[in-house]
Amino acid sequence: MLAENFALEICGLRKSFDRPAVDGLDLKVRQGEFYALLGPNGAGKTTTLRMIAGLLRPDAGTIRVGGTDALAEPAAAKQIMAWISDEPMIYDKLTPREYLEFVAGLWGIAPTVAEARAQELLSWLDLAPHAGERCEGFSKGMRQKVALAGALVHEPRVIILDEPLTGLDAGSARQVKSVLRERVNAGGTIVMTTHILEVAERMADRIGVIAHGRLIAEGTLEELRIAADKGAAGGPSRGASLEDTFLALVAEQAQAA
Amino acid sequence: MSFAPGTTAWFARHESRLAWRDWLSMMTAGRRDRLPRVVFAIVVFAVFMHFVAYWMVGGYANAVMDSSMLTTITACILLSWLLMISQAMESMTRAFYSRSDLDLILASPVAADKLFAVRIATIAIAMAVMAAPIAAPFIDVLVARGGWRWLGAYGLIVAMGATATALAVGLTVALFRLIGPKRTRLVAQVVAAVVGAAFVIGLQVAAILSYGTISRLAVLQSRIVLAKAPALDSVLWWPARAAFGDGVPLVGVIALSLALLGLAIMMVAPRFGEYALVAAGTGHSSSNGFHRQAPFRPLSQRSALRRKEWMLLRRDPWLVSQTLMQMLYLIPPAVLLWHSFDDGSGAYALLVPVLVMAAGQLAGGLAWLAISGEDAPDLVATAPIPPSFILRAKVEAVLGVIAIVFAPLMAVLAFVSPWHALVASVGIIVATMSATSIQLWFRGQAKRSQFRRRQVSSRVATFAEAFASIGWAATAAVAAMSLVLAIAPALMALLVVAGARYMAPRGSHA
Repeated sequence: MLAENFALEICGLRKSFDRPAVDGLDLKVRQGEFYALLGPNGAGKTTTLRMIAGLLRPDAGTIRVGGTDALAEPAAAKQIMAWISDEPMIYDKLTPREYLEFVAGLWGIAPTVAEARAQELLSWLDLAPHAGERCEGFSKGMRQKVALAGALVHEPRVIILDEPLTGLDAGSARQVKSVLRERVNAGGTIVMTTHILEVAERMADRIGVIAHGRLIAEGTLEELRIAADKGAAGGPSRGASLEDTFLALVAEQAQAA
Repeated sequence: MSFAPGTTAWFARHESRLAWRDWLSMMTAGRRDRLPRVVFAIVVFAVFMHFVAYWMVGGYANAVMDSSMLTTITACILLSWLLMISQAMESMTRAFYSRSDLDLILASPVAADKLFAVRIATIAIAMAVMAAPIAAPFIDVLVARGGWRWLGAYGLIVAMGATATALAVGLTVALFRLIGPKRTRLVAQVVAAVVGAAFVIGLQVAAILSYGTISRLAVLQSRIVLAKAPALDSVLWWPARAAFGDGVPLVGVIALSLALLGLAIMMVAPRFGEYALVAAGTGHSSSNGFHRQAPFRPLSQRSALRRKEWMLLRRDPWLVSQTLMQMLYLIPPAVLLWHSFDDGSGAYALLVPVLVMAAGQLAGGLAWLAISGEDAPDLVATAPIPPSFILRAKVEAVLGVIAIVFAPLMAVLAFVSPWHALVASVGIIVATMSATSIQLWFRGQAKRSQFRRRQVSSRVATFAEAFASIGWAATAAVAAMSLVLAIAPALMALLVVAGARYMAPRGSHA
């Protein structure tokens, strides 16, 4: 019963390539929560998200998505999940409308339902005027919006995003953030990595800091500040920004290592 | 020679370094430790090709330059030259449309026309360098048996590369001006594919219509052609005479070709940047926004995948032109079938292996596109469908295309010769399944735009695919005459497929 309270539960997750990328990670994200995963380059953020999305097989550990064991029943877990990476992977030769029709087909959504959702998403993301154009000439921002529309067309309960705002202009970034916030308000769960700490600071309900494949701190911004204050001398003062807090936590971890 | 930054020599050094590293990476698949093996394979292949060349042209080393010989050599030169033009057009189109380092160069204060001059010259050199390894064993054999004069053939290759590039530059720029940058990309690629295959196919079709055989030599050595051939001292024979090492024609052909290339460079290099900038503005293509939007169709997950594959294939002119090359070679067998429709001759037996071979090759290319050339692998992998289900749908997409292409030919063949149709159909199915399975076992992750380089991503897969197709074609050819005798080539083809499976990366055995 407890598992059903969490949209995402990760326990003892491990993955090694040449060296451990994720090293015994434990993580729980509540339903309807916006969770930001921060960490320096090579900390294991993307590897973690790719394992959650079913794109990488973990060496050890468990992943439960909406109470479903994602490793034992991947199709059931994927049915309620969506994945968006920093590099939008869409088909150049399809139009946004055709792309959404294809995605809806993959997720087995009824055509009438899918079409209505597609129209709504295309309007919402200002893609309606381009719905009949092939994606090959689209800017990075437009491509990312098409990918986002694709991720939302099947109304996922859990959305996994890896640096979704990288390379977007201010207008596109605001639109994407607004769509994500709407999803959370509607009860959806978002797990997102970002290097733009301001986004995490403003949007996330909780923030996890990962380093060397492990979760080194977790909580609201205030809780993280307190955690950083308790650490090494020279930690951030009260009211410090997330950037100061994040750097202090990572430095503390580096010293400990 | 000054290698100061911004000079032509400096750009030439930069380009040659890039070309060398690109070639090395292509040959070794990015692994430098494979270099000794690659060198060894090249040496073995070169030795083998010298034996093949000896068998094919050894007897012609001291041939007399008569009309028949000059006609045959001219035809061979023309064929190679058309292929070079096709390749050069491909390269020119890519030079205009692929951005790579163009933004950096055009944004820098150096005179870009020097680089573009070098780039056009590089295409000419690449054409000659690509042709040389294929021609070298034949020329070497002729030199060994007929004397030094045959070295002139190397000079001819340089001349062919230069003229092919000059013509390709002219054609591409003319297309650019006539039909605009947006359409040039498609048209140039299709023209390149058609030009490359047109001569061979034209000769075969002429041979079939005139002599009922698929042999190209039948037309070239026919009395009609020889009677209409120009006089032996005609300038039209200069390329052939140059290959023989005849001094004046050789110098003349080389001088003329280099002059043509120089002219093309002088005319196009200063405007190359301008063309590239115009080409860069053609990103938004093929809008159908004004058309009525069809409602979403009720699709199963599998049919959604199949439909996507077919749609992507249909809409990619470059891929269509690449597959068109293979499809064009089906025209001669189709003409042979049509020509032999009434007389019930044994020509059908010739058709069977050609069809089987074409099916295997086409299936291999399509299977790579569908299985490995997935532009949105994450999307498909995160869909709530088992991986085996996805692969099955993609294989079905390949089989669907093969069925659409070959079913009409099989239907006509079945009408005139049910037995040959049955053998060809079984052969096509087996060759298609073999090629698709090999692509499945050696599947990787690549962009569709890397289609040209699919051969270098796994040489084992490439060779296995080719040898399996040849094996099944041979099996079908023999089976059309005797089922019992067909067991031997069938076993060999099976061995190739089994070997490919054995050598496939672990965990890929679907």
